[in-house]
Amino acid sequence: MQIRISDDALAVACGADAVAHRFAEFGHDVVRTSSWGMHWLEPLVEIDGIGYGPAAAADVENILAGKADAIRIGRIAEHPFIAAQTRLTFARAGWTRPLSLEDYAATGGWGGLKQARALSAEAIVEEVTRSGLRGRGGAGFPAGIKWNTVRLAPGTRKYIVCNADEGDSGTFADRMLMEGDPFMLIEGMAIAGLATGADKGFVYIRSEYPHAVAKMRAAVRLAAPLIAPFEIDVRVGAGAYVCGEETSLLNSIEGKRGEVRAKPPLPAHDGLFGCPTVINNVLTLAATPFVLAKGARAYADYGMGRSRGTMPVQLAGNVKHGGLFETAFGITLGELVEKIGGGTANGRPVRAVQVGGPLGAYFPPALFDTPFDYEAFTAVDGLIGHGGITVFDDSVDMAAQARFAFEFCAAESCGKCTPCRIGAVRGRETMDRMIAGERTADNLTLVADLCETMKFGSLCALGGFTPYPVMSAITHFPEDFDARGQAAAE
Amino acid sequence: MAEILARHAPSQDALLPILHDVQARFGHVSIEAIHAIALHLNLSRAEVSGVVSFYRDFRRTADKRPTIRLCRAEACQARGGERVAEHAERAAGQRVRVEAVYCLGLCAAGPNAMIGDQLHARLDPARITALIDGL
Repeated sequence: MQIRISDDALAVACGADAVAHRFAEFGHDVVRTSSWGMHWLEPLVEIDGIGYGPAAAADVENILAGKADAIRIGRIAEHPFIAAQTRLTFARAGWTRPLSLEDYAATGGWGGLKQARALSAEAIVEEVTRSGLRGRGGAGFPAGIKWNTVRLAPGTRKYIVCNADEGDSGTFADRMLMEGDPFMLIEGMAIAGLATGADKGFVYIRSEYPHAVAKMRAAVRLAAPLIAPFEIDVRVGAGAYVCGEETSLLNSIEGKRGEVRAKPPLPAHDGLFGCPTVINNVLTLAATPFVLAKGARAYADYGMGRSRGTMPVQLAGNVKHGGLFETAFGITLGELVEKIGGGTANGRPVRAVQVGGPLGAYFPPALFDTPFDYEAFTAVDGLIGHGGITVFDDSVDMAAQARFAFEFCAAESCGKCTPCRIGAVRGRETMDRMIAGERTADNLTLVADLCETMKFGSLCALGGFTPYPVMSAITHFPEDFDARGQAAAE
Repeated sequence: MAEILARHAPSQDALLPILHDVQARFGHVSIEAIHAIALHLNLSRAEVSGVVSFYRDFRRTADKRPTIRLCRAEACQARGGERVAEHAERAAGQRVRVEAVYCLGLCAAGPNAMIGDQLHARLDPARITALIDGL
């Protein structure tokens, strides 16, 4: 009998260690694995393929006695939430031990790097380009084009930087990947190194993720001989959201304030320490071993339009079945929220979902037929960003959410450009006046004008995208803004 | 302090790792520490000081109180995070420092908090109060 429990940060935060400890008290060995990503069931106990969740230490005796029917979910691999997914990047989630080189190799690990070693740099880039893989961090820039720019850039020293500064609320795919399948990210970075001529990589992880930092550090040590001469350093952020912005992140690694750099020059030409640098998100780099091992076509066959492959969607907030759901592009937002996510956790109607983190737009159920695809989201003034979907029930106050977007931007602005530094503060003040019922229409016009300035005048996405949550809240939920003025006037 | 500096090569990109070590060891980055680091890295005191003040993880002054970092971001807000925050403030009073953190990556199991490196998920008013009382 094999007992398996995840040691992913979320499982641990929900009490997985206590459950594992209890099994040990009954004389059983517990294997700590990666997480299946069914977060509402964590801690999830797996015994010979059968799942029990959410399990508490007090349930252990009943599970062992075969009397835990209330939390028994049947065969995990056949659970509807798992069976409905297309898992390319998270193919190992739930199956393997995160730091086991043996498990990694046995499940096809290092196959992509092996292929890459047999190819020229040009051929590797060509493969990634043909796969249609786009940056999964937010902007959706084609990975192959970025890699090719660095490949062709002059310079003896080049770098691969992995952006693991996953600061967006409602996103956790990077964290899960680093904690559950760290070797795949390492393999992806080594492939990027071969493709561009870089022999040094950095993984920049936010300090709010101590578990991911520990796992990556351990994995980098274990994998070092297998990726040599490529080397990887793990660097830890220091609590600045703006360091998720690529040029801020480069400054931060260099030991500077995490202020954004004006572009151009692009990091691909003039990046870390002034050298040509590939900077990609965790999910982007982690997708490349599959592309190299199985071929560009195998990856590109998934998806719709110019959004190829799969997206690890993160269902978060007030959602019944929250967790990680990897699927080909093209599924609708409504299917994700209502069908896969099961609606809200507390059973109240869904009123709004925010897609793409704190800088993403809020959507009403009326737009739930929007397909998950970069272009389709742009067409309705939204963005996919890092693929996080945060669900809110009907008690949400959208004026308060719009105000929070400004407040967050004001708190996290690096201060380098005026539209972001001052605009966010003025935006929050204007929202406060509007919420107090003061000259609602005038203040709304002022907010819209301010958002225009921030959108087109900011140096980076922090100031430039804050208008998305603000304006989408105003556009789709006008009743939360207008009613205040009427109520105050009466 | 000398021991921490000796562990890091004298290059500017060692600054953040050094500051993390100093913060972890002493609980804050003092003005004396800033001077020593500047000397070691051949940077001006203003440059080091500017980096210390930029990042939320580094504190200029000591605060011996226990700290709980409570997520105040959207996903936790959607799960009753603001109510939990009110109870946290009440339970903490002046005795415990309650810091805001924007996302711990446990967004389907909020509201969440972190004490040291220990994560706590699915908090409600009763649980957050018990956690803070136990600090």
